[in-house]
Order: sequence, then structure tokens, then C-alpha cells
Amino acid sequence: MPVDFDFRWAAIIVSGIIGFIAIAIMFGASMFISSRRRSEIKLTSYECGIEAAPFRWSQINIRYYIFAILFLIFDVEAVFLFPWAVIFIGNKIAFYAMLIFLAVLGFAILYGWRKGVLQWSK
Amino acid sequence: MSEPLFVIVAILTLGGGLGVVATRNVVHAALFLLLSLVSVAGIYLLVFAEFLALVQVLIYGGAIIIVLIFAIMLTRSQEYPRISDNPQWPLAIVAGLAVFGVLAASFLWNLPPASEPEGPGLAKIGESLFTKWAVPFEVVSLVLLVALVGAIIIAGRAGDRE
Repeated sequence: MPVDFDFRWAAIIVSGIIGFIAIAIMFGASMFISSRRRSEIKLTSYECGIEAAPFRWSQINIRYYIFAILFLIFDVEAVFLFPWAVIFIGNKIAFYAMLIFLAVLGFAILYGWRKGVLQWSK
Repeated sequence: MSEPLFVIVAILTLGGGLGVVATRNVVHAALFLLLSLVSVAGIYLLVFAEFLALVQVLIYGGAIIIVLIFAIMLTRSQEYPRISDNPQWPLAIVAGLAVFGVLAASFLWNLPPASEPEGPGLAKIGESLFTKWAVPFEVVSLVLLVALVGAIIIAGRAGDRE
């Protein structure tokens, strides 16, 4: 392995170790300091208010799933913006290639808009 | 320095994968999968494939896991909070070993020459992606469009049924 390797990732490794230690201290402190009074009501989802509906997990509306898929698709789109962002200056082909790409996916969001998926209540 | 790092990341990846198949709670399985996917990003970082690591964290660690957890919440999981034993597990072992065998064999046959890891960097990836591979890149946008339209139509139909 080249010596370069240690240099390149030393900062990340150090900050990672510090992060781990910080989280361990926070969890450890709250474990030692906090008082514990166990009771059945502490185990419910909400300590006050209406009791949670029949099950711990109730089935969510399918609309959430559409939003998740929309997020996934535009996440894939956003990833391509990273390599584009560093080269598009002075590179006409790359610039217009990305514009076409964005236009096609812009059409996608227009389609979704027309179909009413961005609206919560139909 | 990279060898112990690789060992740690590899153990995390394999441990996450083992957790996915060993745990009996579906949500825990999804979280173990998240651990495994993020550790794979760590392996990409170790070989200087920064862009792949970015993609791995953003898409697999972020979006795919969210979609997966939403899919779990969409199912009637309150009726099956724990996975019962699946009678197909011997078949799954055979299939898993077969895929592993094919991958390992193809890797051993085409063993790349040992070289120092060197990533191409974002700029080089961008240059070849947007000039040499511009047409496949545009096809990607069409594929994404088709996926989105399909998702809207299928989910819309399911939404009407409720």
C-alpha cells in the first residue's frame, strides 16, 4: 500500500474515531446519570394521549410508497449531477447532454403532477 | 493501515449480511442490510472508488433502504411480526452457493494484475460519461422515466382498490 493512503484517509479515520467516542460518551452518560422508574406505561408509544391504534404497526397508505419511489428516481438523477458539476464548464457536449437528461426527468415530474400523485387528497 | 481497515469493513459487511438472514424481525433485517450496504461503500473507499462509494451511500444506503422499509410497512406485517421458518431455505442455500461459485470462479480466472489502488476521480468519470457514453446516459433517463410512469400507474391502481 502506498504511504499516500494513510495521508488521504487519516483525517476521515480520526474524525470517525472521535465520532464513535463522542457517541459512546453520550450514550454512556445517559445510561449512568438517568434515573429509571420502570412501569408498563413507559413501554407504550405515547405516554399521554390516545392509546395507539390496534397494532404497533398499522399499514401505511400506499401514497407514501409513491413518494419513496419518486425519491429513489430523483436520487439516481442527482447522483449523475456530481460528475457533471466538475466538468461542464467549457464542455458543450456534456452540458447539453445533462440538459436533455434533466428535460426527460422534468417531463417525468410533469407527468406525475398531471396524474395527481403530488397531491395528497384526490 | 489499509489491511486492518479492510478487515474491519469486510467483517461489518459479512456480519450485516449474516444478520439479514439470521434475524427473525423483518425491520431488523432491513437495518442489517443497511449496515452491509454502507460497509460496501467503505470497501469502495478503500480502493479509491469515491464516486462508487458516493453512489452506494446515496442510493443504496439512502433511497433503497427507505423504499424497502416502506414496503415492509405496506405489508400486513402486524399479522406476521416474526418471520416463520421458510421451507425453501435449502434451495436458497444452493442458489446462494451457486451464485458465489460463479462469481468467485470468474474473479479467479480474470484475476486483475496486482496494482496500487488509484481512483479515476470525478472529473474523468464525468468526461467519459458525458462524451463517450452520452447516448447510454440519455437512455438511462428514459429508463428512469419508464420506471416512474410504471410506479405511478401500478400504485394508482392499488390506491383505487382501497
